[in-house]
Amino acid sequence: MSAGTSAAAEPATLGTRGAGHHGLTLSGYAICLRGVMWREALRFIHQRGRFLSALVRPLVWLVIFAAGWREVLGVSIMPPYHTYILYSTYVVPGLLAMIQFFYGMQSSLSMVYDREMGNMRVLLVSPFPRWFLLVSRLTASMVISVIQCYAFMVLAWLWGVDLPNGGWITVLPALILSGFMLGAMGMVLSSLIRQLENFAGVMNFVIFPLFFASSALYPLWQVQQSSPLLYQVCLLNPFTYAVELARFSLYSTFNPLALAVVLVCTIIFTAAAILAYDPARGLMARRPGAGT
Amino acid sequence: MDGPGLPGLSTSSLAGETPALSVEGVSHAYGERRALDDVSLAVPRGGFVALLGLNGAGKTTLFSLITRLFDTRRGRISVQGFDISRRPGAALAELGVVFQSRTLDLDLTVRDNLLYHAALHGMGRRLARARAEAALEDVALADRARDKARRLSGGQMRRVEIARALVHEPSVLVLDEPTVGLDVASKAAIVDQVRALSRTRGVAVLWATHLLDEIEPGDHVVVLHLGKVLAAGEMSEIIAASGAADLRAAFRALTGAAVPAPETVEEGG
Repeated sequence: MSAGTSAAAEPATLGTRGAGHHGLTLSGYAICLRGVMWREALRFIHQRGRFLSALVRPLVWLVIFAAGWREVLGVSIMPPYHTYILYSTYVVPGLLAMIQFFYGMQSSLSMVYDREMGNMRVLLVSPFPRWFLLVSRLTASMVISVIQCYAFMVLAWLWGVDLPNGGWITVLPALILSGFMLGAMGMVLSSLIRQLENFAGVMNFVIFPLFFASSALYPLWQVQQSSPLLYQVCLLNPFTYAVELARFSLYSTFNPLALAVVLVCTIIFTAAAILAYDPARGLMARRPGAGT
Repeated sequence: MDGPGLPGLSTSSLAGETPALSVEGVSHAYGERRALDDVSLAVPRGGFVALLGLNGAGKTTLFSLITRLFDTRRGRISVQGFDISRRPGAALAELGVVFQSRTLDLDLTVRDNLLYHAALHGMGRRLARARAEAALEDVALADRARDKARRLSGGQMRRVEIARALVHEPSVLVLDEPTVGLDVASKAAIVDQVRALSRTRGVAVLWATHLLDEIEPGDHVVVLHLGKVLAAGEMSEIIAASGAADLRAAFRALTGAAVPAPETVEEGG
């Protein structure tokens, strides 16, 4: 409203305090990112229950569900596999993606809702640009989700699941990328969906549909045989590509389509999350009482 | 620098100096509902201004705009001369915030909460530790630095939040109903500490409240009611202008609403 005067009235340099000497320099950005990651790690360490439940959930699938289906569902030779594989081997990549999706959703939703709404506000009053704060947040939750994935892989290996040696390393870039994608997806959902205030609702309406309508639990060619419609849905589901990216990388095989889809989705979801939390355009402004 | 419609605040101390916090002609609506209507106020450098209003007056909305949770669509807000919309980084670096809701990370220690905040302001580790320690001493909680925030009382948490808001040495401290839900003793401790900090550190303070007993005779008061500024000036000027005997009566005369009596508000609102 005072466009004519404001720019000229602002001092050219910062004051003697505040951002003047610990301001938005490159090292300042690094400190901020490190701080966000350090806090996430501390919370992770302090909330052992959350860590355990994040591990138990996929283990239940692996140990009980996969054992039950072991004899029913043999998986024939299909890329990236070179031999017949056991069903328990087939589901591991899907469970890795599930771990990351759960963690991404949980981490984003817990920031916005419940008593933790305050933490989002504390983050957003930082002088750093909002996109940077949100990307820092995503990076932090991605790192934790990758650590959880490796913890699960160790347990799966101890359980007797056959994981190729080289796969332990080649799966890392895939997990980093899918960690970003699923975390950003969680962040977008957390900003848009007001009704899903409890995690059970998110499980029923978001996580399970995406999980079941994907290649996580069954090969897509089998889905196609039983339901062409579901097959199409699975092909449109970005979660399918996160699973396939992990599956192929685990066998040190390059899957350009999965990589491309995950990459594009990561960019779209991250941009959408930044937009959603933009003070000018975001939906926060239409929420009276947000933050109280 | 004062905007129009700002009776009483154009005192000589403000003349020729950019206020620490300036709100000019700000309006905000949630859909159809108007939460703020052409609100203007200014906090001089090192000054203490009480924003007095009942629940629903628009105080929290104003804080959301000052802290840039929402964009200011109508009007202008600046901190130390930095426009919050055009120079958000510079403005937020000069701003310390104590939100109405509890915002400490309960699983972290008191010190880790402060260090996290320092990192969000890009402050290096060594400086952050020194500042965190000093800030905790200012609120007399240095001995609780290693305790989990969860173990603190409500009043202690608030004081930690105040310490946290000062770690990056802002020029302006804004507090949204900081004493809500606290007992009388904790409340008094917080009011006294913030006033002392304002004096010793020269921090400008915007203190939002609905409690008259937190306002002292020499304070600047801005009366906000249903999104509008009804009066602004020194407490005595407001009382005199309304022809009432005290601030309580003046508030009633201005708004047509009664201020809650102090003894009924302990459970917060």
